[in-house]
Amino acid sequence: MSILVDKNTRVIFQGITGSAGKFHATQCLKYGSKVVGGVTPGKAGEVDLDGAKVPVFDTCAEAVQQAGANASCIFVPAAFAADAILEAADAGIKLIVCITEGIPVVDMVKVKRVLGGYDGVRLIGPNCPGIITPGECKIGIMPGYIHKPGNVGVVSRSGTLTYEAVWQLTVRDVGQSTCIGIGGDPVPGMSHLDVIKLFNDDPGTEAIILIGEIGGAAEEEAAEWIKKHCKKPVAAFIAGATAPPGRRMGHAGAVISGGKGTAAAKIAALRAAGIAVADTPAVIGETLVDLLRPRPKRPSRKSARARRAAKRKALK
Amino acid sequence: MNIHEYQAKELFHKFGLPVQRGGVAWTADEAAARFDEVAASFGKPVEVAVKAQIHAGGRGKAGGIKFAKTREECAAAARELIGKTLVTHQTGPQGRVVHSVLINDLVRADRELYFAILIDRAVSRPVVIASTEGGMDIEAVAAKTPEKILKEVIDPAVGMQAFQARKLCKALGLPNELANPGVKLMLNAYRLFWECDCSLIEVNPLCVARHADGKPYLLAMDAKVNFDDNGLFRHPDLAAMRDTNEEDPREVEASKHELNYIGLDGSIGCMVNGAGLAMATMDIIKHYGGSPANFLDVGGGADAEQVTAAFKLLCSDKNVKALLVNIFGGIMRCDVIAEGIITAAKSVQIPVPLVVRLEGTNVEQGKKMLEESGLPIITATTMADAAEKVVKAATSH
Repeated sequence: MSILVDKNTRVIFQGITGSAGKFHATQCLKYGSKVVGGVTPGKAGEVDLDGAKVPVFDTCAEAVQQAGANASCIFVPAAFAADAILEAADAGIKLIVCITEGIPVVDMVKVKRVLGGYDGVRLIGPNCPGIITPGECKIGIMPGYIHKPGNVGVVSRSGTLTYEAVWQLTVRDVGQSTCIGIGGDPVPGMSHLDVIKLFNDDPGTEAIILIGEIGGAAEEEAAEWIKKHCKKPVAAFIAGATAPPGRRMGHAGAVISGGKGTAAAKIAALRAAGIAVADTPAVIGETLVDLLRPRPKRPSRKSARARRAAKRKALK
Repeated sequence: MNIHEYQAKELFHKFGLPVQRGGVAWTADEAAARFDEVAASFGKPVEVAVKAQIHAGGRGKAGGIKFAKTREECAAAARELIGKTLVTHQTGPQGRVVHSVLINDLVRADRELYFAILIDRAVSRPVVIASTEGGMDIEAVAAKTPEKILKEVIDPAVGMQAFQARKLCKALGLPNELANPGVKLMLNAYRLFWECDCSLIEVNPLCVARHADGKPYLLAMDAKVNFDDNGLFRHPDLAAMRDTNEEDPREVEASKHELNYIGLDGSIGCMVNGAGLAMATMDIIKHYGGSPANFLDVGGGADAEQVTAAFKLLCSDKNVKALLVNIFGGIMRCDVIAEGIITAAKSVQIPVPLVVRLEGTNVEQGKKMLEESGLPIITATTMADAAEKVVKAATSH
């Protein structure tokens, strides 16, 4: 099981004729995602994704009608991205993944206002790596091979730091149900909390990794909810403990302003909610695995090696 | 992007917000000329404030604001300030060099209010903030007396409404005769915020002052405007207001190569792909007892040329005692990083130990290229391993 995307998801790529759009559409197709076409206004026809031909439509509406698309992955330039998101929503696409970086904040404010009027439309990103249900469907730019099917849900504001955490799980033989990068912008589509609610209800997800960073209060909001409602163990990491205040750390949303949004405050809120926070990014996987380890009633005499083997067996 | 007070006030004026008379001066002579203009516009003796233009607050306490009653005093104040390094609580110990001063007529305020517009991330909408406690540190006011912070959340579909401005003016206790000017000021400020892709407009203090005849008026005594960098592409006129004098020269150089770089004062230079991983790398260096010299995200799609530029930048930093390259290849391929390092090593002498940790796409190829290059590279397998090794290398170098 998984959330939002699986082997039946039919995805189109908006901006499929551009170099990045074409490259990643090809990668997603090779991973096994059902790439049913693309949209580039004025370029209707066909595009060759390394030997596989898929249709290109002028509009999202045509892609929905003719190719049955129910998800979209956006690669159009920042200046036109807001329009692309709204076009997808208008066409009836329920899952919109926007990879584009550098969209003006006021554009996203408008987009969120309009999306509020659509029932059941979910936006992931912008400025994000996308979403993957390992072994079934990849919509985004993450390297597919680092993932492994399993039952840990991962939600993060970062790209490569998520890959790092996922890889730490995979090398420990712990698979993932779905991994979502919600992006580093100050006005994102889905929040940590939106994703965690879905993981909480997903029978295929047994534990959750939450990766946050400085700026905003989305992690605190998620912590508050987890404390009251979450049935599953959660491990977390917050990046930016050493970031200077007032500076935007690469992501437009990663900034401590007016003393708000510090890593220390976020870590404290997460810990207060009973979440296991990793001390360093090197032990995110380990922190999660520790949570899954069955707690013995009396001290075990097994060697560390035997414990690890038993744990792997249990998780398989 | 930040701009200077004089630039912000020019924008205010353009959008119909009331500001003092005067303007910017780059020399003592220009300052005297500005004084003359202000005096002429009033047609009587005036007193002016001579304000150092730097991108940092706390200028008053640091001696960056002087007063003058004659053109000679004004020129002398400008002469003293221009070229001076001003250290305020916001500049850090190295301070900022003053390149220009703003000459404004001095206004005695009856009341000092606070007014700001920014994006409230919790609701993804603009929020207009006002307070009767102007001229103070607003964060302290919010912490001690949150009831004194007034907020109006704006629906982006229709923009700020007059009734919202009226509510704020009433709550600020503005007299009836200032109700209309107050509403106009707030709506104009919102228009500036929205049309110019601002990330912050702050007027602290927003003053209630009196004309000679006793009639009250509103005035934006200070002006702070920040822009959303992502929106600058549609405002070339605003982008031209950037003052690279106010930025770390290392950051100016990095921005030429479209690298995300922030200078810090530690001894370990870092090159990482992805903002989250770059922050996490800084954190783990600190965890192992080291201190990062910078934040550097080479991005997801950097080419060998950008990697070379990044490398040169790190090597030119005199504080750097060791370098750490931490790459998790996704779109960024490890062989591209390796190629960049090798190219850079050919053109610049790498003066300090270099620790490299590669993982992800084409990692074997990247590792092989580095091995075969014969460069004295310390390789690491995990982030912890890399951090430990680079901290050790920095302390022993």
